[in-house]
Amino acid sequence: MMLPRRNPQLNAHGELVHLLSIEGLPRAVIHQILDTAGTFLSVNDREVKKVPLLRGKSVFNLFFENSTRTRTTFEIAAKRLSADVINLDIARSSTAKGESLLDTIANLSAMHADMFVVRHGESGAPYLIAQHCAPHVHVVNAGDGRHAHPTQGLLDMYTIRHFKQDFTRLTVAIVGDIVHSRVARSDIHALTTLGVPEVRAVGPKTLVPGDLREMGVRVCHDMAEGIRGADVIIMLRLQNERMSGALLPSAGEFFKNYGLTPDKLALAKPDAIVMHPGPINRGVEIDSAVADGRQSVILPQVTFGIAVRMAVMSTIAGNTA
Amino acid sequence: MSTLHLDAEALYRDLAGGVRGLLQPGAALVGIWSGGAWLAERLQRDLGLAGEPGVITSALHRDDFDKRGMAADAGQTRLPFEVEGRHIVLIDDVLYTGRTTRAVINELFDFGRPASVTLAVLVDRGGRELPIQPAYSAARVTLPPERRLALARNAAGHFSFAIREEGAAP
Repeated sequence: MMLPRRNPQLNAHGELVHLLSIEGLPRAVIHQILDTAGTFLSVNDREVKKVPLLRGKSVFNLFFENSTRTRTTFEIAAKRLSADVINLDIARSSTAKGESLLDTIANLSAMHADMFVVRHGESGAPYLIAQHCAPHVHVVNAGDGRHAHPTQGLLDMYTIRHFKQDFTRLTVAIVGDIVHSRVARSDIHALTTLGVPEVRAVGPKTLVPGDLREMGVRVCHDMAEGIRGADVIIMLRLQNERMSGALLPSAGEFFKNYGLTPDKLALAKPDAIVMHPGPINRGVEIDSAVADGRQSVILPQVTFGIAVRMAVMSTIAGNTA
Repeated sequence: MSTLHLDAEALYRDLAGGVRGLLQPGAALVGIWSGGAWLAERLQRDLGLAGEPGVITSALHRDDFDKRGMAADAGQTRLPFEVEGRHIVLIDDVLYTGRTTRAVINELFDFGRPASVTLAVLVDRGGRELPIQPAYSAARVTLPPERRLALARNAAGHFSFAIREEGAAP
């Protein structure tokens, strides 16, 4: 008989030891991280904006793909937890000399790393690292290929819970390049796990294929249909590299059909919130009047992101494999 | 061993008298989450103090974080007043090893430098592992280490003590 394989993120007690993907995480674990993030958010209001939970631990930021912003938020989060943070310019160093991923990890582990925060262009790279590191070492996926960006998914859930409280009555529209987006994938898994009754994936057929329905979402190729009555609108960044080739005719065409303007936003509920993982392309997927408008919660997302990453790091660091 | 009987309501009345004697002008009550926070809430009212008492949690300064990790439900520190220069009276239900008290004192200092910190507790059960003593305790009891003593509060706000074996289901 085949035994069901344990989720590699959880230990035998069902506690989180790595954060690799939101897929397969129990609802209770997600809520616990969001509750813990609430505690860390208030640390910003203190005279001393630092807590000693990760004192004496070393967090290595391994960004095989560049992302100054995400790397910085992880760095701030780790420093507020009193960890020592080492940023490796990995894309330009050892891998360029031909060292394998696992050899890099073995070397860094010999330098007494306690946690790896990994961004990698290949889906699954953080899993590979988690499978091969020592039992006391923890791995956080900071974005792998098109697969997952779980801390962004969790900070999006924190934002939605902060403004809307109850997930079980919401309609959430995710708009744009869903197929290439690890953010969309993490958001969809989180929203369905938390009991959101209607998740819509909105965009052109080339970027929102019909088989997304298998993930439990409603596919809308018409923007008005996708946005009408929504409580939450998550706009995705249109990546410039998708603009060339057959996927999209032009940025102007995309904005005309799927760019979020005040007129289109008026179709959503009057108290709908507008989210975006950043960096935003004004005039490509979102109009400045919306990005800077009263329904935009794009900047609160950034603030919540630090607290959520503190919650993830302290939760996994406190559990043993 | 005979059943230990602790009348939490009677002890609370003693605690209220004890805390009254500790209050200096401008002092603030801070209850240690969760039992101490319930006590501070009621003391604030019964002693006729203005405003809200503070609530403080040990979660972010615990010395057993490496072994026990983040607690699922550890409460949040809320101090609705300036800590800097203030006389603080910490309130807890049960004082045991002193490790929670040490952690919340560190937590308190993250908000400013108080003029003084004193500690008043409902029950001191001995077993200290740190040099910490309360300025007032309503009772002193001796319990075997495997016994856990915790304050409970019913819907009407009345206090009682729950005693159970460590590791047993609540």
